[in-house]
Amino acid sequence: MNIQVKFFASLREQVGTSELQVSAVNLETLLNALKARLTETGIEPLLSPNVRLAVNQDLVKGNWREAELVFTDGDEVAFLPPVTGG
Amino acid sequence: MDQQIQIQQQDFSVDKIYAAMRHEYGNKVGAIASFVGLVRDHNAAAGDGGDVQTLTIEHYPGMTEKSIQKILDYAEERWPLIAIHVVHRVGTMAPSEQIVLVMVASSHRDAAFAGAQYVMDCLKTEAVFWKNERSDLGQGWVESTNADKFRAKMWDS
Repeated sequence: MNIQVKFFASLREQVGTSELQVSAVNLETLLNALKARLTETGIEPLLSPNVRLAVNQDLVKGNWREAELVFTDGDEVAFLPPVTGG
Repeated sequence: MDQQIQIQQQDFSVDKIYAAMRHEYGNKVGAIASFVGLVRDHNAAAGDGGDVQTLTIEHYPGMTEKSIQKILDYAEERWPLIAIHVVHRVGTMAPSEQIVLVMVASSHRDAAFAGAQYVMDCLKTEAVFWKNERSDLGQGWVESTNADKFRAKMWDS
């Protein structure tokens, strides 16, 4: 499955890219694929407790690290650092 | 209730949006409350004592609009509102520039005031934006404060 992964704001700065295309079927394979691609920083910034995950622009409820996510081709996954507007 | 959500780089005219709201909803509107947020020079993020030179706001097109719509949907359930218009700018701004407008029309002032304040409080904590402050001494990402979170939580009760 082809997954489009997006990184925003401070996370984008930390991992050094705003977007990656990876192949994954679930959360575990996604994190492994990201680990292989983000060789300089690793995935630690993404696993920080205040980072939230959105799949196809919907926030994953609860702790996404423990969610059983299954991806389909073309899914868009975004890692979001703490938001603030206004 | 009518909702209008605009995410844009360019500045906005409160006068024009106010005039449009009066014109559009006519005689049943008894109150219009509006709030405008401006860029200030006080540096919250870097905390280095330097004055803010620029504020850059980033968003996630699509998801940002959805996050605001959710806030407005809840406001609509909670108060008898006629219309809400939200304009939120993105991109780079200088101190004293306008960032955000929340304008709420209702038949009654208390609903208009409360609706506008609720939407603003939730924009601080729920809307999908990121703010980067740049001063002469450095740059940093702004997070919503504990006071912001407390204010937004207060509406739960």
